[in-house]
Amino acid sequence: MPNASKILQPGTPAPDFSLPVTPDQRVTLSDFRGRPVVLAFYPADWSPVCGDQMVLYNEVLSEFHKHHAELLGISVDGPWCHGAFAAQRKLHFPLLADFEPKGAVARQYGVYREHEGTTERALFVIDGEGVIRWSYLSPVGVNPGADGILEALESIDARAHAGSPSDGA
Amino acid sequence: MTTQQGTLRPAVSVEDHVLGPADAPVTLVEYGDFQCPHCARAHRVLPKVLKRLGDRTRFVFRHFPLGESHPDAIHAAEASESVAAQVGEEGFWRMHDLMYDHQRDGDDSLDDAHLIRYAGQAGADPSTVALDLAADTYEQAVKSSFMSGVRSGVNGTPTFFINGRRFEGDWTSVDAFAAALESAAT
Repeated sequence: MPNASKILQPGTPAPDFSLPVTPDQRVTLSDFRGRPVVLAFYPADWSPVCGDQMVLYNEVLSEFHKHHAELLGISVDGPWCHGAFAAQRKLHFPLLADFEPKGAVARQYGVYREHEGTTERALFVIDGEGVIRWSYLSPVGVNPGADGILEALESIDARAHAGSPSDGA
Repeated sequence: MTTQQGTLRPAVSVEDHVLGPADAPVTLVEYGDFQCPHCARAHRVLPKVLKRLGDRTRFVFRHFPLGESHPDAIHAAEASESVAAQVGEEGFWRMHDLMYDHQRDGDDSLDDAHLIRYAGQAGADPSTVALDLAADTYEQAVKSSFMSGVRSGVNGTPTFFINGRRFEGDWTSVDAFAAALESAAT
């Protein structure tokens, strides 16, 4: 069973990272400051269950974009593998390679599976200020769906509207 | 964020496509995609399962077309709504069965020309269905069904809900699936 105690909890600043998205391009978390980011850790490209989860998020992408949120998939697969997987599944969002040193970002977020050498199946919704607002650890065989992500994004929107006028815009 | 994940929202209503008695103790909801091979497989399992339960189960179908993976799935869902609007619920279920039964005939077995032909066989006026597809008359209805699935925690197709809770068990086996429904019935 996943160890839910070590996954980073809401209220924690999201550890910054920079990871390859293609063999010659990197994505840095803090570049998205100002809008929400959905981080979806998944165990591996190509496994049928993962395919389902990334394919589902691909279909729901326009709903995430309504909240100006960026979706980033992360696994320990390398960028070449991600490229082939994304092309075959026609994914319209980046897949980040937590490949070298292996699983370093997953460890920082408390979602690395030491024994298997993969990440957990875990979700984080990070607000525009870089703070984790929702996290969820799913049993590794269960695709968590997108309902929790959308609720978290809505609650971030609600806070922004109720909060300081410097938010939003 | 207090709602439990994997809870059917909204609940089954008169807006739904329903087979079976309204007062059945078990409600089985499927979110399905007419171009999804796993859903076609479920379509071959379900009649046997539903027969075992008899009038203790009502079955509800909601649309969850994965349009990026299955380019004909959205029009297939819209065509079934067009048939339902013209000839009622019996027509919807005939169209539902025809599309799953013919899904694997060939690469084009769910293109518009075929959908219009099946609609005719299901009792609808083919030219009205053709117009509805061209005008995207039922695009919103299908989209709203899809979004209800997203909000309910649908995590692929098919996803089943038994009495409002996402079913994580094995639907590929008649025995296992029927047993899960039996336990919900008591």
